[in-house]
Amino acid sequence: METLVYKRPESLLKDGHFTFCPGCGHGVVLRMIAELIDEFNLQKDTIAISSVGCSIFLEKFFNLDVAGASHGRSTCVATGIKRCKPDKFVFTYQGDGDAATIGFNETIHTACRGEHITTVMINNTNFGMTGGQASATTLVGQVTTTTPMGRKAELTGYPLHAAEIVAKCDGTAYSARVAITDTKNIRKAKEALKKAFEIQMKGQGFAFVEVLAACPTNWHMKPAEAIEYMENVTETVHPVGVFKDITKETI
Amino acid sequence: MAKELVKGNEAIARAAIKAGCQCYFGYPITPQSEIGEYMGANLPKLGRVFITAESELASINMVIGAGTTGTKAMTSSSSCGIALMQEAFSAMCCAEVPGVIVSVMRGGPGLGNIAPAQGDYFQALKGGGNGDYKLIVLSPSNVQEAIDLTYRAFHLALKYRNPVMLLADGILGQMMEPAEFGEYPYKDPDVNEWALSGANNRPARNIVSLHMPEGEMEQRTNMLFEKYAAVAKNETTFEEYMLKDAKLVLTAFGTVGRVAKAVVNRAREAGMKVGLFRPITLFPFPDKNLHEVAKNADMILDLELNMGQMLLDVRSAVFGACPVEFYGRPAGGLLTPDMIFEKVQELYKKLDDKTKAGVI
Ligand SMILES: Cc1ncc(C[n+]2csc(CCOP(=O)(O)OP(=O)(O)O)c2C)c(N)n1
Ligand code: SF4
Ligand SMILES: [Mg+2]
Repeated sequence: METLVYKRPESLLKDGHFTFCPGCGHGVVLRMIAELIDEFNLQKDTIAISSVGCSIFLEKFFNLDVAGASHGRSTCVATGIKRCKPDKFVFTYQGDGDAATIGFNETIHTACRGEHITTVMINNTNFGMTGGQASATTLVGQVTTTTPMGRKAELTGYPLHAAEIVAKCDGTAYSARVAITDTKNIRKAKEALKKAFEIQMKGQGFAFVEVLAACPTNWHMKPAEAIEYMENVTETVHPVGVFKDITKETI
Repeated sequence: MAKELVKGNEAIARAAIKAGCQCYFGYPITPQSEIGEYMGANLPKLGRVFITAESELASINMVIGAGTTGTKAMTSSSSCGIALMQEAFSAMCCAEVPGVIVSVMRGGPGLGNIAPAQGDYFQALKGGGNGDYKLIVLSPSNVQEAIDLTYRAFHLALKYRNPVMLLADGILGQMMEPAEFGEYPYKDPDVNEWALSGANNRPARNIVSLHMPEGEMEQRTNMLFEKYAAVAKNETTFEEYMLKDAKLVLTAFGTVGRVAKAVVNRAREAGMKVGLFRPITLFPFPDKNLHEVAKNADMILDLELNMGQMLLDVRSAVFGACPVEFYGRPAGGLLTPDMIFEKVQELYKKLDDKTKAGVI
């Protein structure tokens, strides 16, 4: 008897292939999202909003309707869509450059308005697509192409903690940071994503999941080293955790 | 329906609602804040969407979101606010996202002032967005036309899947005049063929503006320009006044057009053969029509509340068929009927002298 061990989610295109570098976090998260959309049977009602970054070609991966946004404006596009089609499932998929740097104002205001959308932010602590420059979330000391001697706080300040700040907004129903370092943590990440989906489906407010992910290419590390770096260094600055969950709060 | 006294900005907002605008996204700026205020007071009552966005960047990108679902949506702003929207205009044209933008010009450059001006013709027509793209731009000269062109803006946005800008100036926004709304006169196309709604029993769709594969963007741009050619063929609109025997033709857009019209009447009373050519669609610009007019005229006088912006389009339409003069004032300086009349007299005398000397 054959057992099915791998099934391609319906929400991924049959002939769509991820074009990310080896060890990149994007593919793992996109796959989890596709699985969840299948599990919730949302495919026919979903509109995904892509952002500018390595994940820009969502329409080449997802078997879903996709609207493209300019750099940093995905949550605005999502707001426009959700407000006129409240029955649709609307999520943005953004990087740290997109959602926490050029578009952080939009992220915060979307949270404060309590838009019923889900935002997934892949934090690889750099501008991956443009070749690894420092972003707002880059760690102090982190070497990037614009901080070749390591980020210096006295010159470029300190990293921005997106999930914690988003959690402070009254319209936020859920805000968490997860890290896709091993199977156990990937499962936890999927739980967080699932929660963020449910929050939207129940119309409870803005749901935000920040995913710490590796960018081995720009970190100049082997995939395994990149995971170690995330566990030992990145997570000490950007700790994983659930910073807000209104479904758990008691009065 | 009877005529009523209505202010320009409010007329635009009311016409938008009658046109079926479901969402308004905006950020306040003088001299057009009344549009957002009217929308804020009235859209929620109708169960429609109103958001004061965090910036003009946000408002236009919310319009994009609504537009991708085929929903009628608009934003309004002025000068420096419109400047912030340029990246989005380019993206909308590329991805073929409909939307209506009302631009009520104030004095510039910079924060400038809040006086009426027409310094944003270039911004609307030769905009600061990247790449080869065109907004459809409509230019009302009175409150009635503001209503009619607001209706038309919503229709054209859906018909051509392109952003449409209503380019008004502060005078029109603040002016009160009798006008009537009537009913929205257009039948809009079905959006279900392309709008995003979820991949339900159909292949997934996308509306994006990045086209990396070799040749794809060139092909797309060519396709867009075929569309713009169709817009030019079908939608070019202008007003001609007393042109048949006109030796001196005034060109002007927006509220300056109506001042110019009054001057034409005065000049005619004084025995001068003066006429007016007023583009109503700025893109598509009525270049062929203006060229024909220029062939029969001895001179064109272009009038604008700026340092000479539409002038470039006038000159390229005229293409040497007759001389083109310019008279304008920037950043809040007004052209009064007296000032224009004086200029007309001066130029007309020159033409007369030339005729007498046998030059023309
Ligand atoms: C307005 C604008 N500015 C700059 C860029 C260039 N740009 C493209 S992707 C990118 C950074 C993306 O970084 P991030 O969001 O972290 O995504 P990643 O590639 O790391 O996944 C930048 C700056 C752009 N496309 N648009
Ligand atoms: S550059 Fe980094 S983020 Fe981009 S695909 Fe490669 S590993 Fe992933
Ligand atoms: Mg990044």
